[in-house]
Formats: sequence, C-alpha cells, structure tokens
Amino acid sequence: MEGIIGYGACIPRNRIKVEEIAKVWGADAPSYRKGLLVEEKSVPSPDQDTITMSVEASKCALKRAGIDPKEIGAVYIGSESHPYAVKPSGTVLAEAIGATPEVHTADLEFACKAGTEGMFVALSLVKAGAIKYGLAVGADTSQGAPGDALEYTAAAGAAAYIFGREKVVAEALETYSYTTDTPDFWRREYQYYPQHGGRFTGEPAYFKHITGAAKGIMEKSGLKPADFQYVIFHQPNGKFPFRVGEMLGFAKKQIEPGWLVNKLGNTYSGSSPLGLTATLDISQPGDLILIVSYGSGAGSDAFIFKVTERINEVRDLAPKTRELLEKNKNYLEYGTYAKFRHKIRKAE
Amino acid sequence: MPTPSRYWREIPQRYRLEAGKCKNCGFIAFPPRLVCPRCQSRAFETIILADAGKIVSYTIIRVPPKPFSDQAPYAVGIVDLDDGVRLTGQIVECAFEELKIGKRVKIEFRKVYEEGEAGVIYYGYKFVPE
Amino acid sequence: MRDVAVIGVGMNKWGELWEKSLRQVFTEAALLALDDAGVDKVDSLIVGCMSSGLFVGQEHLSSLLADYLGQVPVPAARVESACASGGLALRMGFIEVASGISDVVLVGGVEKMTDVSGHEATFALGTAADQEYECFHGLTFPGLYALMARAHMEKYGTTREQLAMVAVKNHSNGSLNPLAQYPFKVSIETVLNSVMVADPLRILDCSPITDGAAALVLCPVELAKKFKKPVVRIVASGMATDAIALSSRQDITWIESTYQAAKRAYAMAGKKPEDIDLIEAHDCFTIAEICVMEALGLVEKGKGGQAVQDGLTSLQGKVPVNASGGLKAKGHPVGATGVAQAVEIVKQLRGEAGPRQVKDAKVGLTQNMGGSGGSSVVHIFERD
Repeated sequence: MEGIIGYGACIPRNRIKVEEIAKVWGADAPSYRKGLLVEEKSVPSPDQDTITMSVEASKCALKRAGIDPKEIGAVYIGSESHPYAVKPSGTVLAEAIGATPEVHTADLEFACKAGTEGMFVALSLVKAGAIKYGLAVGADTSQGAPGDALEYTAAAGAAAYIFGREKVVAEALETYSYTTDTPDFWRREYQYYPQHGGRFTGEPAYFKHITGAAKGIMEKSGLKPADFQYVIFHQPNGKFPFRVGEMLGFAKKQIEPGWLVNKLGNTYSGSSPLGLTATLDISQPGDLILIVSYGSGAGSDAFIFKVTERINEVRDLAPKTRELLEKNKNYLEYGTYAKFRHKIRKAE
Repeated sequence: MPTPSRYWREIPQRYRLEAGKCKNCGFIAFPPRLVCPRCQSRAFETIILADAGKIVSYTIIRVPPKPFSDQAPYAVGIVDLDDGVRLTGQIVECAFEELKIGKRVKIEFRKVYEEGEAGVIYYGYKFVPE
Repeated sequence: MRDVAVIGVGMNKWGELWEKSLRQVFTEAALLALDDAGVDKVDSLIVGCMSSGLFVGQEHLSSLLADYLGQVPVPAARVESACASGGLALRMGFIEVASGISDVVLVGGVEKMTDVSGHEATFALGTAADQEYECFHGLTFPGLYALMARAHMEKYGTTREQLAMVAVKNHSNGSLNPLAQYPFKVSIETVLNSVMVADPLRILDCSPITDGAAALVLCPVELAKKFKKPVVRIVASGMATDAIALSSRQDITWIESTYQAAKRAYAMAGKKPEDIDLIEAHDCFTIAEICVMEALGLVEKGKGGQAVQDGLTSLQGKVPVNASGGLKAKGHPVGATGVAQAVEIVKQLRGEAGPRQVKDAKVGLTQNMGGSGGSSVVHIFERD
C-alpha cells in the first residue's frame, strides 16, 4: 500500500503580532484578534523564499524517509509565491537534495491548494508504479496588501512529503478532489498584491468546496467523522476550520492538533500540509487522519491517511512542527516587517 | 557578482556542499580541485561536508558591497565544520550580541542575493544557531 | 648574481588626484626617479598595478607607460599580486639586474582608484579575495581583516585601544610627510569613535582609497658608485604565496606568507630580525601591522599589540615601523604601495627623510602583502 514515507516542515523564526500591524493602520487589534482568532504570524527573513523553505522541509522529510535521494522520481513544489515567473522552483530543490538529473519536476499553482496538488500527483505516480518515490512540497511566502485584512494572516512556511511503497509511515487510503470555477480570490500578472471578493470568499468558496470534498471522500470510503482521530482543514484564519468542522460533524479535539493558524498565520500552500505534519508528530499507529485543503479559484483536495507503526521510528528524526512554531521566535516591529516583505518602495 | 554560468558551475558546492577528499592523505578540498595541496596527489573522491560546526571568527559588515546594500548590517564568519573543513558564510537568525567565537551553528539553504528585480537569484549555504 | 643598488627614487603627493589620469600620475613619479638618479634611458621597465582594467578600463600598461615615459622600444612588463603588486615589481626589477639581464631598470607602481564609485572600488579591491567562496557571501576587505582582528583579540587579548594606537602612530608619522594623503594627527578617541565598518574595525582602522605612483631606478652596485647619491643596496628579496581564502589558513591570526617571505629574505641577506633598524610594513588595516610585526619575527606571536602600546615601533622606538605614515596616513594606491615603501626606506638610509628621519638608519626592511596574506614580498636594504 502506498503512502507517506517521510514528512518535514520549515517555519521561519520571525513573528509579528496582530497588535503591531493594527497599530500602524489605526485598526482595532482586539477585534481582529477575536474576529480572526489569530494572535501572530510567521514572517520570512529576506533570505528565505519558497525555494529555501522547500529545501529545508524536504531535508527533514528525507531524514524521516531514510532513502537515497537519487531514487526520487518526481519533485513538485506547489506555491503561489514561486520566486521566478519563468524558471522552475522545483529544479533548485531537486538539485539541492541530490535528486537530479533523472527526475521529473514541475511547479504547481492553485492558490492555497498547490501543496496538496503536488501531493496528489506524486502519490498517484507512486500508485501507478511509474516512480519509486515522489516528493511534494507546499510552500509560500504569501503577501497581504498593507492595511488589508489579509495582512494580518498572510504568512510563510513549507511542508514536504515523500511518497513511496515501502516503510510507509501513513498509508494513503483514499483521495478525492472537488473543483469549480469560482473567482473568490485572484492576482493578475504584474500585480503585486492579490484581490479578493470579501464575504464572497466564505460560503460559496471555502465552505462549499471543503464540505464538497469532505462529504465526497467520506461517501467514497464509507467513513463517518467519528471514525477519524484527526482532521485538518485549510486555515485561512482561526475560525473557518472550526466552523466547517462543526458543519460536517467533527469535534474540536479532532481539529486542534493540526490547528496552527493562531500562532502561524495562513501559510497558503503550506497551510493544511503543515497542519498534517503537526498532526503526524503526535499521532499513534492506527489513527485515521482526514486532510482537506482549499485553494481559491476554487477547489479542495481531500486525502485519508492511516498511520502505521513506523510513525514511532521516524517522528523524532527531524524537528517537530510545534517545536518550530514555539521555539526561537524573533518578534518584529512593523518597520522591519515591511522592509523584510519588500513593502517599502525604494529608488532603483 | 557571478554571471549565470559562474554561479551554475558551483551549484554542487553551493547547494550540496560537495567536496573532494584526497584518496592518499585524506585532505578535504572545498571546493574540489585537481591537485592535493598537502601531498600533491591527483586522486580524489567526492564527499559531502558536515552540516554543523563552531564559529572560528565573525564580523558584522556595515559597509556592504553594492549587491548586499539592502542586507547590511549582516554577520559573516568562518566556521570550523565538524569534519575539520573551514567554511566562510553569513551567520543569520542570530542577534549580533549573541555571536561569539566557539558558538555552534548549522548550515541552512538560503538566498545569498538576487540581482535586482530582474536578475538571477543566487542560492547557497548560510549558518544559523544550532 | 650581481649586487643591486637603488640610485633614484620618485614619488608624487598622493590623494584624490582629480586632474591627473593614470598615465600622468605614473609618468610624473617615474620622471622624478629618473631625475633623482641622473638617468635618462633605462634598459627595462617593470610596473606594478593591481587593477587598471577595473578602475580605468586600461590594460596593456607596460607599453602604454613605456610610451608615455618616452622609453619605447624598451622591454616592459606589468606585474600583479593584488596589493603586493608594487613589491613584486621591485622583486622582478631586482632579479633582472641581479641576473645581469639588464643594467638600469625603472621599477614603478601606480593605481588610479577615484574614477569609479566607492562601490566599484570596493568590488575591484575584492578581487584580491576568493570571488566564489568569500566575496559571494558578502565579505569585504575590511570584513576579512575584521575576522583576523577578532580572532587575534580573543586568542591573545589584543585590545581595541592597541589597534587604534597603530593608526595614531602612523598618522603622527604621516603628519611629517609632505607627500602623504592625510598629513594630520588623530587621537585614540577619534579612532575609537569613528564609524564602524566591519566589527571591530572602524573607518580609521582602514587605509584609504588613493591615487598615486612611486618609482625607483635600480642598477648594479658597480655602476651605482658612479652616480651622485649614497649607495643603497638591495641585499635581499623574499617572496611567498599562500592560499588566498582566509578560511584555508591553519591559523587566521598569523600571516604565514609574510613569515615565509621574511625567512627567505633574512637568509639571503644573512640577517636576523634584530638587525633591522626600521620597517615599512603593509598596514592596510591596523590589525595587519600587528600581525606583520609578529610574522617578521620582531616580537613573539600574539605580542604585537603590546609592542605597539609599549612604543617599540614608534618613530623614537627601537624599530620604527611606518615612519612614512604607512598605508593609513600616506595612502594606499594599491599597485604603488610596495614601491613607495622602498622609496621611504631608501630616503631614510640616505639621510633624506627630514623630520621623519630615523637616527643611524643603516638596514631597512619593506614588507608588502596581497589580499588577506595570499602573497607577501619582503626586501631588505642596506646603506654602504
């Protein structure tokens, strides 16, 4: 049975608090905190980007998988903040981990679900017997327009997964994708910041697709919410995952281990994938885990994983996600944050 | 700063820390070279450098070269890796007051610099506190 | 091998010479040397220049300068060893005379650094370091020497004040040198409060960007006796290389190439460090002078800072170092420095150094260094 054989995370050390952002724009911090259920978010250092975080997360996944990187047959990075418009991020990752030259690489994009897209493709290639191992990374250094609501949550992080058939840590029991054309959030070429449809991004977008994918995969697999130990939803803010969980019949404690957004922010293509790494870190053999991503535009990918005995052997081979989230934090004030995020217009 | 071909040529070193170990006397050449400076032997095998070590010396660059003007001030140091090879690189994610000779650091893959808004992005190794 | 003498010296005032091109700067100094020697035709021309290509877009200096000096079709060569280009030019000239290939040789050094921006100058100077494994990471020249300084301070207890004392001493000497770029004194406080460039080195720990040239006329000793000036012999020439990357050195507080070059020079001259009366050393940064004193064997390893503090190397001390003001006060037009060091020693040994004159100077030594110690050239001079 194919599944995850290694997983890893990379979270930048810098943080900025909601209060700090609100102060600059004259907004009411407590209501942002309460409304978004977010306290702080991660901020990449100027020398970190989607590629560098993907490399670090993939190295952790390799430590857990214990394989020869030359045997990786496919490398995918899913992101909406690829450093180049034309020149793949995946090739840098493939070189850095030593998977080149015999490897298939592609950069994927689908708003926040580009990470799970890569996972879907890599897993499917392994399932089809076309490759021995596949690496998929969800990573982003997302941008929020200054003063916009998204500025409070747009964060940075990466999660990497290696799929294979032997020494599986979590078997992939089922996959399901639910897609429609829904213009809830977009960015045109040459625009620096994205735009969104305000409240339109809720019910017809996030909730419709997540519930569509969750119901679809549960019907396909014959499983009910109570059968799962844990569930991870895409986390654009702190409230949506609990609301959609309630709508579907999941309990808070199933969601909490993978719920990172209050301290991390929304890492876009890294969001549900990082939630899954945090969940795997505390899971036990036999646990059933459901993950449902969401990408604006719009679509959701759902996966059902069953944790094996091997989780006990690999869990400690690389840093745990909550450790990366809680330790070595460096708080920034807005000026440094704006400089780091290239929001300050400089002379040529 | 390097041209695309000069940067690309050093990728095995910049991305994967590939070095050459002298088959005769064990000297590790980074970057790899043709002749061992210790024993003049010409036979090498490819190895990967250790990924952690301790700071031998450090400084904080406050008057940077042009490509690094946005980054200053930044710390650069020489690190004794655990396999005995010495490497020069930036030390990041560390408050300047916490830099000291002997401090343990490890290697992370980072952006070293990019040529403005339109040029190539150069990646390589940097050091972070262990 | 014939004995070699210096019969002419020439140097113009150094500084930001806006009105003068590289050709003009060089030719002026060369003419002063030829006039000082009383010679109007030479058998060979050796020019030291680090980077005319990057600074003024000009290579092929050998022929260009031979032509501007009115010496065409004289054989000529331009040599480069980063900041040791001048010392290397002297060595090549010495070898030509000693070997009998040429009788009268003009050795010159020149650098024109102010026609480019500060950034471009920094880039050009950075080519003395390892492009791919030092400069690629954002290291600068001050940064390299700062790494050496911090390690030296940690290992030997050298203090920030001791580094500043080098600058104070050299500026004090430079204030007596009419040709120096910065002929004024500075105090320790001024040095310690000047802007930080690369911790722990401040702007006043660093030698400046300078336009300038210097030249010497060499000939065999038998010929020299016919000329007007007191005979000053070059009794030794020593050169050594080392890996250019600082991280390749075993001990980053020690300049091995200077030690090796000096060893060869002392052996050739049959002399020991105690026999040297005065030294022109390569103080590109204050820490450099301290490390060089140790590598030359003037003091034990690690004791350089204390020696400066004790006044061993002041103008009135036992072994004056950088009576000219050194690179710090005199200026550092890269390719010219090694030649200017020799100009100062020759003037001192002739008794022509005016207020800077070191009493009873009989044996002098010049030490010129490239990069962070990738090359060193040491010459020893003796008055007849």
